Amino acid sequence: MTDPFFIFQLAANQVRESEIMTTEIEALQDELLAEVAGAADLARLEATRVAALGKKGRITAQMKGLGKMAPEERREAGAALNRVKDVVAEAIEARRLSLHEAELEARLTTEGIDVTLPIRQQPQGRIHPVSQVMDEIAAIFADMGFTIAEGPDIEDDFHNFTALNIPPEHPARQMQDTFYLPQREDGMPLVLRTHTSPVQIRTMQDTPPPHRIVVPGRTYRSDSDQTHTPMFHQIEGLVIDRDIHMGHLKGTLEAFCQAFFEVDNVRFRFRPSYFPFTEPSAEVDIGCSYEGGKLRIGEGDDWLEILGCGMVNPRVLENCGLDPSEWQGFAWGMGIDRIAMLKYGIPDLRAFFDSDLRWLHHYGFVPLDVPTMSGGLSR
Amino acid sequence: MKFTLSWLKEHLDTDASLAEITDKLTAIGLELEEVEDRTEDLAPFTVGYVVEAKQHPNADRLRVCIVDTGGEQVQVVCGAPNARTGMKGVFAPSGTTIPGNGMLLKPSNIRGEESNGMLCSEREMGLSDEHEGIIELAEDAPVGAPFAQIMGLDDPVIDINVTPNKQDCLGVRGIARDLAAAGMGTLKPLDATPVEGSYDSPINVELNFENGYETACTCFLGRHFRGLKNGPAPEWLRRRLTAIGLRPISALVDMTNYITYDLGRPLHVFDAAKVSGNIQARMAAAGETFLALDGKDYELDGEITVIADQKAAEAIGGVMGGEASGCTDETTEMFLEAALFDAHRTAATGRRLGIESDARYRFERGVDPAMVRPGVEIATRLVLEMCGGETSHAVLAGTPEVPAKVVEFRPDRVSELIGIDVDEAEQRKILSDLGFGIVDGEGCWQVTAPTWRTDIDGEADIVEEVTRIAGYDRITSTPLPRLSVTSKPALTLAQRRRPAAKRALAVRGMMECVTWSFMPRRFAELFGGGTEDMLLANPISSELDAMRPSMLGNLILAAGRNVDRGFDDVALFEVGPQFRDATPKGQDFVAAGLRRGRDARRHWADSPREVDAFDAKADALAVLEAIGAPTASIQIAADAPAWYHPGRSAVMRLGPKNVLAAFGEVHPRILDRMDVAGPMAAFEVFIDNAPLPKAKATRNRAELLVSDLPAVQRDFAFVVDEATTADSIVRAAKGADKGFIGDVNVFDIYSGKGIEDGKKSVAITARLEPKDATLTDPEIEAIAAKIVAAVSKATGAVLRG
Repeated sequence: MTDPFFIFQLAANQVRESEIMTTEIEALQDELLAEVAGAADLARLEATRVAALGKKGRITAQMKGLGKMAPEERREAGAALNRVKDVVAEAIEARRLSLHEAELEARLTTEGIDVTLPIRQQPQGRIHPVSQVMDEIAAIFADMGFTIAEGPDIEDDFHNFTALNIPPEHPARQMQDTFYLPQREDGMPLVLRTHTSPVQIRTMQDTPPPHRIVVPGRTYRSDSDQTHTPMFHQIEGLVIDRDIHMGHLKGTLEAFCQAFFEVDNVRFRFRPSYFPFTEPSAEVDIGCSYEGGKLRIGEGDDWLEILGCGMVNPRVLENCGLDPSEWQGFAWGMGIDRIAMLKYGIPDLRAFFDSDLRWLHHYGFVPLDVPTMSGGLSR
Repeated sequence: MKFTLSWLKEHLDTDASLAEITDKLTAIGLELEEVEDRTEDLAPFTVGYVVEAKQHPNADRLRVCIVDTGGEQVQVVCGAPNARTGMKGVFAPSGTTIPGNGMLLKPSNIRGEESNGMLCSEREMGLSDEHEGIIELAEDAPVGAPFAQIMGLDDPVIDINVTPNKQDCLGVRGIARDLAAAGMGTLKPLDATPVEGSYDSPINVELNFENGYETACTCFLGRHFRGLKNGPAPEWLRRRLTAIGLRPISALVDMTNYITYDLGRPLHVFDAAKVSGNIQARMAAAGETFLALDGKDYELDGEITVIADQKAAEAIGGVMGGEASGCTDETTEMFLEAALFDAHRTAATGRRLGIESDARYRFERGVDPAMVRPGVEIATRLVLEMCGGETSHAVLAGTPEVPAKVVEFRPDRVSELIGIDVDEAEQRKILSDLGFGIVDGEGCWQVTAPTWRTDIDGEADIVEEVTRIAGYDRITSTPLPRLSVTSKPALTLAQRRRPAAKRALAVRGMMECVTWSFMPRRFAELFGGGTEDMLLANPISSELDAMRPSMLGNLILAAGRNVDRGFDDVALFEVGPQFRDATPKGQDFVAAGLRRGRDARRHWADSPREVDAFDAKADALAVLEAIGAPTASIQIAADAPAWYHPGRSAVMRLGPKNVLAAFGEVHPRILDRMDVAGPMAAFEVFIDNAPLPKAKATRNRAELLVSDLPAVQRDFAFVVDEATTADSIVRAAKGADKGFIGDVNVFDIYSGKGIEDGKKSVAITARLEPKDATLTDPEIEAIAAKIVAAVSKATGAVLRG
């Protein structure tokens, strides 16, 4: 051990023993480096650092002794001490890093987890197929220049029937089992709309032509069995312009079916039919096949009826104040639930309205699966 | 509407195959529902002659028969008691599938005797349940002839769906006419040659209507028959009726049914011996009762047309005849009625009395007035053929003549409306084949509708006729012209909020439901609804009789159903309409949801907690954020509707009146009444109450002004009255020095030891944000002092020592 007072003594004795001093400093350095190397952990290394470089450390003490030396000796010894100080500090830092690494390594080996344990559950919500399909439909028709129109579920007899060319004794009123509410004070019967068609009337009455709208919404008929529910969803379409003909109707519906069912080709059949609010009227069948219990839309030998449509009856145009010699166009209506069932293979209509968590989870859609024309409707 | 192929061919001369005909029916708007063609599955069955039937040597109940099949003799072991030598039966060779049970016949050995076929019972042929013995065919049945042909089972039955405008096709003749126009052959002429009467009808007819009711029945043609012998109708007639699902009754009754289906001309036959005096058409008297042919008593009123004799009503006009004067097997005198009844009145009567009949079905859709006379003549001939006897001169009241309906029609409209080219010659042919009359004009024809087309209303109907027969398959798909190069939004800002709300809630782990718009009245009343004006007059059941005033009721019931299935943790929402009143504005679009049970499943690391009102509050805020409502300006007040827990609920308002949302625990009494186990936390967001952003000239956002200088977090604990809201403390703190105070949040609530009774400690943390230079200690102290002063002033709070 080198005595801290050694240098004082040197100074006090005024002995020129620079060689001896150099040796002593080297010895100090060796000794300190050995201590650094021997520090087994970070705490001991810190103790070593304090003992060497701290306020009362050995190198610090030697530094303090420099003041008593002759200028020449001081310069020489000072330089030597500074070198020692740097070397030791560097060694401490290097040792610290390696001890730190070793300690981390040691800790990490004890820090295993069972990665197969289940995660903290973030409950997953789902979007109902009706909502998803409505969004899909909106995306397709937006691309074709349509806007979404809406109307009330509780309708008056005029908008639901009379204006649509279904006068009170018309047999078509019996085709639709209507829910009635107490009549209005002015004697007007009120119904739950049996179709989304009254929104055609409201749109044509409220805004000037041309029109290009789709109308999704709830509709009601007093019917309840395996395949009918008292409430269901329809989407109505209406195009009114000057030169719109039935070929446009067919083109529009074909484009819709291809986009909606996400197939390149859909076999398409227009059949003459009857609706009071369109003339001529048609029902539309699309081609399909059943393979292994799964329905495939597009090609195939079977036909599937999916919607009713036609050219807007001139009587309806007149009822809305439009001149049929100037304006013409087409309308169609189809069941949203039905096309959702067809596209996604959902077997039972009644389950749509039962809110069974298992059904919602199975047939529902993850929240951020937003259908767009750019990103695709479904995956 | 059902008919058979041979029946169709009575009116249509055609070489077309069954498939061609059925395809064409659908193509011209007479949609094929079903073809029942037994020809194929009955093809192997032939008439077999039992040359010999002897006792089976090893079985008491079996016989060994040698059957002559026309070409060869086959041995068949038969168990039927009536199998005997010399009979003719239905023979099926080995390899045949038996229609009645799907069994495939194989050559077999039955107790030592070969059997190479089968003699069949009616049940085995799928004809009836009769299985006592094998079918016995007529002695003159030709051996080896196809059984189907012998029995008339080779006549395919065609069922089509007739739309309400095609009442002319509720008779086979109308269908034949349409098919002929569509190129499926030619329409045979109808032989309606008048049959001369030989005496004056002892019964006269009259139309007896008060002012205003004359349209109820405009024509009544009658005819008396005598010396008849009623009884079963001939085989061909019974077969046709059976084929279309009608039960043969007697020649006279079957005749009326046949003419109804053949010509679409309903008729009625009275037993003339049971009629007293003349017959008149009149309105029923109020309270008049009537026993109809269906065996039921009906009470009539002054809006119902009846056919009556001197004493009483004998038929409800156009709907159903009466039991009292109905024809029976004993009938020898008959009075035939062919009348024209008002379509609307017939429909209304049928609906009111709840009677469905073939006559009503046709009258309410419109019966061809010009068919009154031919119908009677054809019926007359049929009656005389079948039942013998003689007929009177016809008696008539009113007239079958109706003014012709003339429509102006521009042939160009076909291409304008349909987008197809059908030249004028083709259009002309189609229309005349369908019975329309055409008078030429410059670019515009005067088209007269045939009497049987009561639906023709205007030019568009003529366009439809031309297109329908020309073929809808000629319509070519044409893209809609684009309105702009890129598409514009389809949804308004208000509409966009609904999908946003839905997806925001689903992201929060909630399941979207779609529940009925109606609910039980007793539950609707719990949510402020169930008033008279919101009740359905004709609900499907009492469980669905009131329009829902709030979606929560149905969601609570939905949650209950899931709990019953063993799912205790439920998070459901719905975005849809609810109803305040019956006006178009009385319908609100609302996002509502509820949570029940725990917020997650049990987990090895964290325990789940029970959901509470703050989950509902968070859900409501999430919706409001998603729809772009100004959530920072929302005030919360504890005056939620009555269906929430009074102490654990609130509304979120914008200004004093505009309620954006309500949330809280569902009132325990509501859950009790609905018999659903709680507790539940629920919310309702009134989406449309959130103001829409003002239209802006630019989409530019305001400049972001932030400082890189370090912010300081300061905590304060205030002692306040128990009733003081956290919100009032936070607001006061935030407002103390707006320039420096950023986010303020509550991080602890404490009451108990060290806090006076009736008080609580609320700890908040405030973020102090420097502007131009780092905040110094004195500056921080000054802001803190301002916060303490502001909170004290607003709430009477004391800084906790």
